[in-house]
Amino acid sequence: MIRETYLNALTLGLFVVIPAWALIADEPFTITLMTRAAIFAIAAIGLNIALGIGGLVSLGHAVFFGIGGYAMGILAYHAQTYTPLAEWPFLIDGTKSMPLIWLVAVVVSALAAFVIGTLSLRTTGVYFIMITLAFGQMFFFFTISWAEYGGEDGLSIYVRNGFPGLNTLAPIQFYGLCFVILCLVLLFTWRLSKSSFGLALNAARQAPVRVETVGLDPTRLKLVAFVISGAITGLAGALFADLNRFVSPTMFSWQTSGEIMIFLILGGVGRLYGPVVGALAFVALEHWLGGLSDYWHIYLGILLLLIVLFGRGGLIGLASGKAAVHD
Amino acid sequence: MSFLLLIEQVLNGLQFGIMLFLMAAGLTLIFGVMGLINLAHGSLYMIGAFCAAAVAAATGSFLLGLVAALAGAAAAGALVELVVIRRLYDKDHLDQVLATFALILIFSEGTRWIFGSFPLFLNVPDFLSGPITLPGGIEYPLYRLTLIVIGLLVALGLYMLISRTRLGIQIRAGENDREMIAALGIDIAKLYTIVFALGAALAGLAGALVGAIQSVQVGMGEPVLILAFVVIVIGGIGSIKGALVGAILVGLTDTLGGIFLPEALKLFLDPSTATSVGSSLASMAIYILMAAVLILRPAGLFGARA
Repeated sequence: MIRETYLNALTLGLFVVIPAWALIADEPFTITLMTRAAIFAIAAIGLNIALGIGGLVSLGHAVFFGIGGYAMGILAYHAQTYTPLAEWPFLIDGTKSMPLIWLVAVVVSALAAFVIGTLSLRTTGVYFIMITLAFGQMFFFFTISWAEYGGEDGLSIYVRNGFPGLNTLAPIQFYGLCFVILCLVLLFTWRLSKSSFGLALNAARQAPVRVETVGLDPTRLKLVAFVISGAITGLAGALFADLNRFVSPTMFSWQTSGEIMIFLILGGVGRLYGPVVGALAFVALEHWLGGLSDYWHIYLGILLLLIVLFGRGGLIGLASGKAAVHD
Repeated sequence: MSFLLLIEQVLNGLQFGIMLFLMAAGLTLIFGVMGLINLAHGSLYMIGAFCAAAVAAATGSFLLGLVAALAGAAAAGALVELVVIRRLYDKDHLDQVLATFALILIFSEGTRWIFGSFPLFLNVPDFLSGPITLPGGIEYPLYRLTLIVIGLLVALGLYMLISRTRLGIQIRAGENDREMIAALGIDIAKLYTIVFALGAALAGLAGALVGAIQSVQVGMGEPVLILAFVVIVIGGIGSIKGALVGAILVGLTDTLGGIFLPEALKLFLDPSTATSVGSSLASMAIYILMAAVLILRPAGLFGARA
């Protein structure tokens, strides 16, 4: 049994050692895989705030992942075709600047999360799961019929967007950028979970009636958590689109929502590093099992089933000997 | 936009809605009795369609295919209930979502492994193919009309089963107080398996019937599953009547929206904009309907519990 702290340090260590090795051994594909893992981890950290701390089982986080992706896609598309995004009420041009794209991705995802959260939080339990799933499907079908931006075929962006001072086309530099963002998001989530808001949110999950009795509004706490959660997953979506230089309605599909949830469950729900471990494990499995068999989803399904039935607490729970963090 | 076209589209919407009802009825029954959210219901729909297509291709008989769909889906449902699902009843919804999501992965990839990625085809049987002339001179495909009739008969049968039979009494009692009926000497584990297999058979039937109009392929179940979720959110979870009303509402909104929204918008906008905006709006119409129902009645139209 390993102490959870050591396990976390080990995980973060892997995110440094593996790309460093890949750089020396000249294995750019491994760097791309690690970039994928880092971005998936950010997306799942976003979900962890809503699901792990707030107890909101959202099966629609692909909405925010997709909005982040399309924010990048649309802005970069207008920049590469030299067409304005809007001419009225004032001229808005596309952009190839990552920080600006991230800002748009975060703001738009947060707005969407506010609207979806306001509607969905009128309900609880199974209704909440189904409604978030349905909203995801609504965005999916909307982008499929959105012919202006590629419809079903999606949008290709020919050159990766830029970040001041970096050559983002070099895999290791783009990886570094994603890793730094991952660390910042981790730090933010850690501070958030220790803040008075995080504690209140935790309490709202465990005992909403008591939270209400002391004068806090549990629904409002959950809504704020949902908005923060959506914004972080949206940021991950923008990074993911930049990694592939491609966006398509698949980012909005319900399978994407399911996968983001799988990252979280593989690692361990409600744990700070759960999403990071889970995303790394998922990418490793995808690469390793995917190489063994075309039907690797069967094995993923069986593994997931075993974790749900016998191993509450995910991989971290298994390795550290401490089952679930809560419940 | 003629009157005949309107009638035809209403019938199409009705047919789509009735097939959604077969899915939604099983889901809502399973949730009502066992408190389980079952994402793998779409896989049972797919299994029904594949059983029907395989058996119909081997024997040449559509009816044998339907029987195979019912039996195959019910057997798959009972097996899954015995092996996996019954361990989930006392777990929280998150675990149920994940475990049934895992089942989707296993079923979908397993089917792809056995049948390959190419769609199978299930033909409408000769005695049901071709159009039929309805009163008023409307020509309508006989098969689609048959689907509406079958669906309504199933709805009636379900109503009779639940309100008039001993099993129905047990199901209703199970919805209200599972400990009490266990204490009265009813084998609750067996009841749960039966209810799950019944829901699975309904999904399999829907899959086989729809499989003859669309292609039979891996992943065909999930879009229908999500629509069935919309249906039971609108109708109210646990209510069969709600599932029927919700399914017809969703079927009509989706079909009529796709046809009439672009037409209606052409009155205000130029034709190409109207078509693109209209089809975008139409694809979102049922979700807007769902949001509206939620704002007005958070527990759904016929839902007792939220």
